[in-house]
Amino acid sequence: MNKILIVAETKDNIFKSNAFEAVTTGKHMAELLGTGYDVITVTDAPDEHLKTLGKYGASKVFHISLTELNSKSPASGIKYSHSAIASAVSNFANSEGYEIIIISGTAFGKEIAPAISVKTDSAVITDCTRYTVTEGKISMKRPSYAGKCNTNVNYTSGKIVITLRPNVFKAEVSETDSEIVNISPDNLNISAADFKTCVTDVVVSSGKLDVAEADIIVSGGRGLRNPESFKLVEDLAEVLGAATGASRAVVDAGWRPHGEQVGQTGKTVSPSLYVACGISGAIQHLAGMSSSKFIVAINKDKDAPIFQVADYGIVGDVFEILPALTEEIKKIKG
Amino acid sequence: MKIVVCVSLVPDSTTKVKIGASGKSIDETGVSFIINPYDEFAVEEAVQLKEKSGGEVIAVSVGTDRSKEAIKKAFQMGADKGILLKSGDADFDSFSVAKNLAETIKELNPDVILFGKQSIDFDGSVVASMTAELLGLPCVNVVTKLELSGNEAIAEREIEGGKEVVKTSLPAVFGAQKGLNNPRYPNLKSIMASKSKPIEEKPFEAKSMTELTGMSLPDSKSSGKIFTDGVQNVPELVRLLREEAKVI
Repeated sequence: MNKILIVAETKDNIFKSNAFEAVTTGKHMAELLGTGYDVITVTDAPDEHLKTLGKYGASKVFHISLTELNSKSPASGIKYSHSAIASAVSNFANSEGYEIIIISGTAFGKEIAPAISVKTDSAVITDCTRYTVTEGKISMKRPSYAGKCNTNVNYTSGKIVITLRPNVFKAEVSETDSEIVNISPDNLNISAADFKTCVTDVVVSSGKLDVAEADIIVSGGRGLRNPESFKLVEDLAEVLGAATGASRAVVDAGWRPHGEQVGQTGKTVSPSLYVACGISGAIQHLAGMSSSKFIVAINKDKDAPIFQVADYGIVGDVFEILPALTEEIKKIKG
Repeated sequence: MKIVVCVSLVPDSTTKVKIGASGKSIDETGVSFIINPYDEFAVEEAVQLKEKSGGEVIAVSVGTDRSKEAIKKAFQMGADKGILLKSGDADFDSFSVAKNLAETIKELNPDVILFGKQSIDFDGSVVASMTAELLGLPCVNVVTKLELSGNEAIAEREIEGGKEVVKTSLPAVFGAQKGLNNPRYPNLKSIMASKSKPIEEKPFEAKSMTELTGMSLPDSKSSGKIFTDGVQNVPELVRLLREEAKVI
């Protein structure tokens, strides 16, 4: 019997790349444990799209139709219900006897994982960045203190729900023909009482890339001197196709929205490239971004702590360097 | 309206983390402890709800005597009573916290339960949802806006690149995100008043399902290429990003 169940998330009926990361991770873990794995997804994506999970090695995909699930809701006009999805996945896992449930730690995954752990009598370990298998037992590594240190965590219960930090584990192609098995919510014992929370609307911020999802981030800090100068940061972000980030100081000063804050009391990010402009690098900021693959620092103070974590840096005037950098990148991108 | 707000005490965000002698916790030498920053948004929301509709705010924490500091901070902001689920020095996990909180909250039978969306030490982000689930209550985490009317609540929850509007009924659990409100600075009067507010102590029983086996610092980076003479290095920087790092 297969021990591992992977939850694959869609957005607007399209699988998120994080779903493929979860499938690959589940597949590797299954190989190390000498067991099998299945995938479950709650979505209205058509069968041909569900089969794209096969590209990453999912041979069996259990599918619950979101529309059918929502039809059990006492309220009309709901988009989806985290609580009902958590119930559906948990009831399925309990009836089939899965011991390990893997979910990508997106906003959606983080919202359902703790509930699923309680409903399946499992431990929960969130935000994993690595795992090892020793004598059939999994041990997880996860960052704490916003990445200032790592902790190794085992579980002492028989079962576990794991969330993976998004964009850390790789999705690997492993062409497989997927079998799609439709499951009716009627067989999952779902009732109106499972719809404790209902999402009635999803509002997308106007065309802006979120720091949590961006592959490149350009961040600004106090060194920009005033909110208007963030135009320079935005211009560079635009030519790079990057998200705009900010330090806590400028968020607290009201220059930038809190959704852009990177650091221990903001978002922890690990993009391929992080460009810090006029950010000195307070400990709490470094904690949130030092796991980025490459870091570029631009600051007038050569002793600024940001240079200690930077792969590349220029000591100089951010008001001169930013426009020059934007122009230079425009040139090469032609 | 009865409101429970769960608060924890954490190392200040300016703490430079060093691993302690046990290898399983941080070295607390010179570390200052504060109320978890996200819990301040939860306390502020609780106090605003009380100010609007009357009732009381009960601050609950788990930990050693030291955690009373988090409750006292909640008092200064306007909470009325405190409960400390008193743990020993031994380790316990998020599930233990949720289980003990759920038992206490059940007895209190509140209308609204507020948490910070996560604590800034272990960053687990699970205690609010697990507590709710153990109580059979709805939970919305990472909340940036909360509106209650009668028995219903509409919360806005931050997601990647936007927000969800979530409808639920009370009693319910909410996890506060930065942006929900602006936590007040306690004034002298509220600080004085907080000194007479009672903290009840209750026993805590560890029921862990996970075990922390070790802690380590991230790999330190080798020093980077830092140019010290300004804007003239921009073309070279771009070349390095393109040819060496291959990120643009």
